[in-house]
Amino acid sequence: METTVGWREYIITRVIRVSGYSAVVFVLLIFLFLLRSGLPALREVRLSELLTTRWYPIEGYYGILPLLTGSLIVTVGATLIAVPFGVGTAIFISEISPRSVREVLKPLVELLGGLPSVVLGFLGILIIAPYIRILLQLNTGLAAFTGALLLAAIAIPTVVSVSEDALDSVPRSYREGAWALGATRWQTIWRVTLPAARSGVLTAVLLGVGRAIGETMAVMMVTGNAPVMATHLGSLFSPARTMTATIAAEMGEVATGSTHYHVLFFVGIVLFLISLLVNLTASAVVFRRRKREERVLS
Amino acid sequence: MKPLLATLTLLVLLMAGCQPTQNSGAAPPKSHIENKGSDTMVNLALAWAETYQASHSEVEIAVTGGGSGTGLAALINNTVDIANASRAIKPEEIAEAEAQGLNPIEFIVARDAIAVVVHPDNPVRELTFQQLSDIYSGKINNWKEVGGEDRPVVRLSREINSGTHVYFLETVIRQGDSENKTFFSSDTLLLPSSEGIISEVRLNPNAIGYDGLGYVPDDLKIIAVSKEPGGPFVLPSVKTVLDDTYPIARDLYMYTPGEPTGAVRNYLDWILSAEAQAIVAEQGFVPITPTESSP
Repeated sequence: METTVGWREYIITRVIRVSGYSAVVFVLLIFLFLLRSGLPALREVRLSELLTTRWYPIEGYYGILPLLTGSLIVTVGATLIAVPFGVGTAIFISEISPRSVREVLKPLVELLGGLPSVVLGFLGILIIAPYIRILLQLNTGLAAFTGALLLAAIAIPTVVSVSEDALDSVPRSYREGAWALGATRWQTIWRVTLPAARSGVLTAVLLGVGRAIGETMAVMMVTGNAPVMATHLGSLFSPARTMTATIAAEMGEVATGSTHYHVLFFVGIVLFLISLLVNLTASAVVFRRRKREERVLS
Repeated sequence: MKPLLATLTLLVLLMAGCQPTQNSGAAPPKSHIENKGSDTMVNLALAWAETYQASHSEVEIAVTGGGSGTGLAALINNTVDIANASRAIKPEEIAEAEAQGLNPIEFIVARDAIAVVVHPDNPVRELTFQQLSDIYSGKINNWKEVGGEDRPVVRLSREINSGTHVYFLETVIRQGDSENKTFFSSDTLLLPSSEGIISEVRLNPNAIGYDGLGYVPDDLKIIAVSKEPGGPFVLPSVKTVLDDTYPIARDLYMYTPGEPTGAVRNYLDWILSAEAQAIVAEQGFVPITPTESSP
C-alpha cells in the first residue's frame, strides 16, 4: 500500500513538473524557430535597408519602419482610449455600483472580451469607418484611429477585469479610514483606493497594451494597411499598416526560404521582442508589488 | 459515470447512423480535386465546381481563394491539383516548381476586365492611363485636377499578394514599360479583399478603386479608360474585351502541377466547353472561344 502511494506521488509530481517546464521549453523553441527563420534576413538585406521607409517587398524594398511606427501609433491610440474607459469602468464596478449591478456588469464586460475580433472588424468596416470619416472630416475612415478604437474595445475587457480585481483587493479598512477622516467618496477613490491599487492597475494597462499590439484581424480590416511612416500623433488619423497585418497578409504568398519570407519572420522577431518587453515590465511591476506587500505584512 | 455512458451511447448511435450511408449503393470511390488561388476567380471557380459536381457526383471539388501567389505557392508545394491565377506564372515560380520535380501546365480558362470604379456621385467619367498612373503614384492628389470636384483622392488597391495588384501596377501605373519604376503611392490603402474595396468606394466619395469587372455591383460608377491621351475612352464589357478595345483586360489561368490525368483532365476539358464558358459570362467575366486555348 505504502509503495503504491509513493509511486503515484512520484508520477504525479513528475507530470506536473514536465507541464511546468514544457511551457518554458515551448516558448524557447518558438523563439529559436523565429530566430532561425528571421535572422537570415540580416544576411540578405542590410540592416540599413531594413531601417528605411519604403515597404514594397515584391520589388525588394524591405523598410520596416512604416510597419513599426504603424503598430506603435495604433497601439498608443488604443491605450489612450482604453485606459480611461477601462479604469473608469473598473472603478465604477468595484467602488460605486451596488452589488447586484456589479454581478451583471462584470460578466458582461468579460463577455465583450470573448467577442471574435473578426466580428469587430466587420462592424468597423461597415459602420465605424464611414461614421468616423464623416464625423472627423477625414479623407477616409480606414485609418489608424478606427483600428485604435477597435483595439480599445478588445483591450478594455482585460483592463477592466484585472484592475477591478486590484481595486477589490484593497482592504476595506483603507476606505473606512478615509471616510472616518471625512473624505468624500470621490476623494477616497482618487486619493486612497486607486493609489493603493496602483501597481495592479498598471499591470492591467500593460496587459491591455500587450493584447492590443498582437491583435491582427480587426486591425487588418480597418486601418487601410498603407505602409506610411507615422511621424506624430496626427498620423493617428491617416491610414497605417501594422506589423501583425503585414505578416498575416503576406505570409500566405511568399515562397518558403525567400528573402521576403525571412524578412517577415524578422518582423515577427521584432514583434515578439516588443511583446516580451511589455510583459516583462508587467511582471516586474507585479513582482515589486508582491515584495512591498510582504514588507507590509511582516 | 452517467454522462460518459450517455456520450458513448450517443457515439455508438451516430456511428450506426453513418454506417448505412457509407455502404449503400456501392458508389465508385470519389475523386477529390483541390482547387486554390486567385480571389478574383474564386466565385467563378465555385460556380464551375457546383455545376460540375451536380452532374458528376463521383467528383468532389474543394475551392479556396487566397490570391494568385498563394495558389501558385501551393502548386509549387504540390498541395493542390489545380491552381487558379489571374496572372501568368513567373519564370522564377516555374524554376521553383521544376526544382520540386513538377512541370506546371497552363490553361487559359477565361478573360477578365479590370474596372476602375468611383463613388456614383463623383462627376469624373473618363481617365487616361497617364492620369490613372499619376493618381495612383501620388502625383495627382485632388479630383479637381482631372475635372472633378475639389476633393482629396483616396486610392484603394488590392493587397500585394493579389494578381490584380501586380497586373494593375504593370499595365496601368507603369503603362506596360518594364523600365518604368513608378510605384503605388505609399498612402494607397491596401485592402485584403474585393469586398473591402467595393464597400469603401460605395461609401466614400473621395475614393478610387479597381477590381475585376465580375465583382463590381451596379451601384458603383465605372470609369471609361483610354490608353492614349485624348481617347477613345472605352467602358469595360464582354464586347469591348473580346474586340480588344478595352485596354485593362487580361487572361485568367489555371495551372496543374503536371500533365493532368483522370478526373482533373475531364474537369479542365469541361471548363473549356461551351457549357462552362456560359457560366463565365454569368459571373461577369469574358468567355474564351473553346478552340482558342485547348492544349
